[in-house]
Amino acid sequence: MDVLIFMVSGTLAAATALIFAAMGELVAEKSGMLNLGIEGMMATGAAMGFVAATVSGSYTVGFIAAALLGCVLSLIFALLTLVFRANQTASGLAIGILGLGLSSAIGKKYESMTLPGVPDLPLGPLAQIPVIGPMFFQLDVMVYLSMLLIPVTWYVLNRTRLGLTIRAVGESPVNAHALGLRVLWIRAGCVAFGGAMAGIGGAYMSTAYTPLWAEGMIAGRGWIVVALTVFGTWMVPRVAFGAYLFGSISLLELSIQALGVNVPSQLMSALPYLVTIFMLALISRNTLFIRLNSPASLGATFRL
Amino acid sequence: MTEPILDIRGVTKAYGLTVANDAVDFQVEPGLIHAVLGENGAGKSTLMKIIYGVVKPDAGTLVWRGQLVSIASPAEARRLGIGMVFQHFSLFETLTVTENISLAVPGSKNELGQRIRAASARFGLDVEPDARVHTLTVGERQRIEILRCILQEPKVIILDEPTSVLPPQGIVKLFETLRNLASEGIAVVFISHKLDEIRALCDTATIMRGGRVVGVVNPKEETSKSLTQLMIGQDIPAPTARSHAGTTAGVLRVQNLDHVPDDPYAAPLSGLDLELRGGEILGIAGVSGNGQGALMRVLAGEIRTAPDTVLLDQKPVGALGPGARRRLGVHFIPEERLGRGAVPGHTLAENAGLTTFHSGLLSFGFLQLRKRRERAGKMITDMDVRCSGPDAAAQSLSGGNLQKFIVSREMALAPRVLIAEQPTWGVDVGAAAAIRQKLLDMRDQGVALLIVSEELEELMEICDRVQVMFRGRLSAPVAVGQTDIEHIGLAMAGDFDGLETVHG
Amino acid sequence: MARLVLVPRETATLLAPLQVAVLALVMTLLGGAVLFVIYGVSPLDGLHAVFVEPLLTRYGIGEVLLKMAPLLLIAQGLAIGFRAQVWNIGAEGQLILGAIAASVLAIRFDGTDSQLLLPAMVVAGMLAGMAWAAIAAWLRTQFNANEILVTFMLTSVALQLLYFLVTGPLKDPMGFNFPQSISFAPNAVFPIILEGTRANASLYIGLAVTLVAVVFVRYSFASYKLSVGGLAPGASFYAGFSSKRAIWVALLVSGGAAGLAGVGEVAGPLGQLQRNISPGYGYAGIIVAVLGGLNPIGILFASAIMALVYVGGDFALLSVGVPDAVTGILQGILLISYLACSLLLTMRLRLVREAPG
Repeated sequence: MDVLIFMVSGTLAAATALIFAAMGELVAEKSGMLNLGIEGMMATGAAMGFVAATVSGSYTVGFIAAALLGCVLSLIFALLTLVFRANQTASGLAIGILGLGLSSAIGKKYESMTLPGVPDLPLGPLAQIPVIGPMFFQLDVMVYLSMLLIPVTWYVLNRTRLGLTIRAVGESPVNAHALGLRVLWIRAGCVAFGGAMAGIGGAYMSTAYTPLWAEGMIAGRGWIVVALTVFGTWMVPRVAFGAYLFGSISLLELSIQALGVNVPSQLMSALPYLVTIFMLALISRNTLFIRLNSPASLGATFRL
Repeated sequence: MTEPILDIRGVTKAYGLTVANDAVDFQVEPGLIHAVLGENGAGKSTLMKIIYGVVKPDAGTLVWRGQLVSIASPAEARRLGIGMVFQHFSLFETLTVTENISLAVPGSKNELGQRIRAASARFGLDVEPDARVHTLTVGERQRIEILRCILQEPKVIILDEPTSVLPPQGIVKLFETLRNLASEGIAVVFISHKLDEIRALCDTATIMRGGRVVGVVNPKEETSKSLTQLMIGQDIPAPTARSHAGTTAGVLRVQNLDHVPDDPYAAPLSGLDLELRGGEILGIAGVSGNGQGALMRVLAGEIRTAPDTVLLDQKPVGALGPGARRRLGVHFIPEERLGRGAVPGHTLAENAGLTTFHSGLLSFGFLQLRKRRERAGKMITDMDVRCSGPDAAAQSLSGGNLQKFIVSREMALAPRVLIAEQPTWGVDVGAAAAIRQKLLDMRDQGVALLIVSEELEELMEICDRVQVMFRGRLSAPVAVGQTDIEHIGLAMAGDFDGLETVHG
Repeated sequence: MARLVLVPRETATLLAPLQVAVLALVMTLLGGAVLFVIYGVSPLDGLHAVFVEPLLTRYGIGEVLLKMAPLLLIAQGLAIGFRAQVWNIGAEGQLILGAIAASVLAIRFDGTDSQLLLPAMVVAGMLAGMAWAAIAAWLRTQFNANEILVTFMLTSVALQLLYFLVTGPLKDPMGFNFPQSISFAPNAVFPIILEGTRANASLYIGLAVTLVAVVFVRYSFASYKLSVGGLAPGASFYAGFSSKRAIWVALLVSGGAAGLAGVGEVAGPLGQLQRNISPGYGYAGIIVAVLGGLNPIGILFASAIMALVYVGGDFALLSVGVPDAVTGILQGILLISYLACSLLLTMRLRLVREAPG
């Protein structure tokens, strides 16, 4: 039973950074913006969050600083693609490269330092329920928030006027503009939200999950987030499911090492990437399904 | 005469050296249907874009209900009370009808539902509120577009070539709706180049030519001939008399073609048969979006089929790609010129090799650049393409000139079969006449031609036989002399039975 | 009243890409100056350290040439694919595979004095890079799996493979358990081309590839097809060019070039296989390709500039004491500036005078 509790609560924690970043990226992609710079924004968020939390002594300050910096980076992406009409793929890569450089500069003096980590917040009587309590209700506040973010994102995208507008812009920015919707502002807003969420996701890695700062600690999670939107075929519940799946894989990695199974550790480290490739091929094979569900203007430069 | 609601004076707009609008005056009165008439490139759409806030004029004034205004964006135009129905609709395929309307019209879902029902009853615009747009026909989409416009309670509605996408019966219904709107005091601006429609519907007509207004007339008091003269400044180029050598047996045949396209929103093809003979032009009529696109891709080889579904001289070619078919003499002129028929960012010289590379423009995998450039020069002079030369980028040419270049390129290799999709769409009258003449010349030389067009008049003018396409099916062929526009119109709405009317 | 407006260019000009590159460089210098101010260093000293100092000594020039070789190779390969809108971002992984394959030969045939060893390593490295990229090409053409994501994931896998090999099968048995292979014999390393520096003959491979790329891009039908596919996929279908073949060509060419770059590292400055074989050349190669306007000659200059930034970052660490993270940030700024300015490739600024009122 303890193993099960460890597996479930561990998966939730391991998936939290992915959930934040993936929900943000999903919203951005729904508006037609393919931001490939997630990796850089998460790394910057991790460094900024760690440094701000260490300096201020407050995790809240850490997360806010990380979100703001993620926002700023993503707005550079928005500026390049929306105002200067640069290619989205190249611009995303540029933000990624800048973000990685920035993270290393910000975190330089804090390399390999640790924090106590965001404390757990048992949810009153819920935490007392046997088995269920330790699985779901004795985690830190960011895990709860990430779990809350899933239905909220779903509701906003599918049940509100704002969501309708975002989906319309993502399907056809030209038509949306002709209808008088403010395409550039909506897209910039979605990208900024994505940046903030990526920043928070990164900060969660450095201030709660590990909790330490080491250069390169995001280790491809930003790219897995981009892949998640494809696995989830741009549907909130499926994307969230994918994030938890990857959370459980990183847990598997830890467990197998802990159990002393004789597998090269490098194979275990490569596992998330191999699974990503496999899943990507599996889901993308159905081109019709992908075409029906992907935002029609995703990645295309919008010209008035 | 009533006070104009919109009064435009001296509007000028230039793109580089081209003056699209030159000191244009234009007045719109409430309750009237006002036609804007002119051939392609006359400046109609630029003027409408200025009114709708898409384009900013270089000079001139816009007075809206007595107030001097400058319309900076479509949002502002809509706020003032100017609505627009686009030729290629601005609807969102994945959203429902209600969602599409709610994007432009405020209000809760229930309230909106009531208003949609009320307005659709009042103006005869029946729609299904919960249907997703991609499942709807072109006519239904247009009704949504108009409904969405009306619900914003505009004072002026602009319709850009609204009849070009409708079968004849749909046009009658649209006209009733527009008359209803006018009787409610709304000013309707109707853009068209079809003279009989304008004479049947409109109260007044502003005629444009070369970016200027050349006349404001009452179309009901004019003849088609007088309107034409105003529109192009001369008589229409006379159509060539049909006098051709006669046809040869089937060159290209399609047998029982079934195909489900990749595009989830496109009509699947089922049980298509056609036979193309040398020395004749076969027309495919139909409202666009009924599967013509997929049929063209099958004929061109972009979509492969079972080998014996497509036969060329009785030999199966269904599994061959476009390159292999071109080598056998099957050439294709696509509807989309920029991005399909030509690479926008490439020069004309580079584009000259796009489909003709196998004809001596290659040696050992390397391009013969000089030869290609010479060929491009010849293509340009052959069809009198107006451009700065072989080094001009394809995207710098006007639509008509680029089309002439593409036609010239495809004809340079003396095809045995030529398939052309909307060959004169969006091309000015002079160029269209030149292209039609070339097609007729080729027919007389024994080439087998297939033309897809939405313009029934064009098909009736140049084709020998016509087949009608509707929801992925194709009618039996009928000789042009044995049917009329009305019955083709019925077939375009799905009634294939009465196509052949005149027996003999 | 006058205002600046953007108007489309009527014809493509050769001058425009140059203007854009120069403008981007100027913006990067300004960004660098701001960066140095943040680090409390005089901007002039900082910029001098990054962009001038490396060029003042023979050693510095040698280092620039050394770093230029892999960047040049990788970028020439990537640019071929980018023109076709095939985004291989996994050159780093293909480089690693190239390095591994070359090292396997160098280690296996250590002690032979055959002069064929180095050429064999070059060929093996190239093939290995191609094979690694071929996985992405296969997954894309067969399963429609996005090549951007797959090539990235494969880089992460390649890195783990490298770690596994240097700690296991390819580890130097006499190396005190350090994660590295034996040092290669002299017949398994490139000769030095500039006395007193580390610059080696792999630069010649880069220059040769550049020459081939110039001819390929300008005259070959294959490149024409790639360019049509990238600029207008619809026109490519219409012409009957195979999009699958374009993906294969793009990935194999770029993978092979990156593999060559990997050989240049292990058979060059490193002289052995170890954990760190590339300071992100695979990613920097993307910047070089874009910065060079995807033009082989442009890429030649861009690779020199990027190599200078790499070496200059190290110099700045020593002479003015800013961290080497500056290199990454400057690279990011350079690419961002270029992308921002690239609007001027298709548009030009024009001063419009308006009548008052």
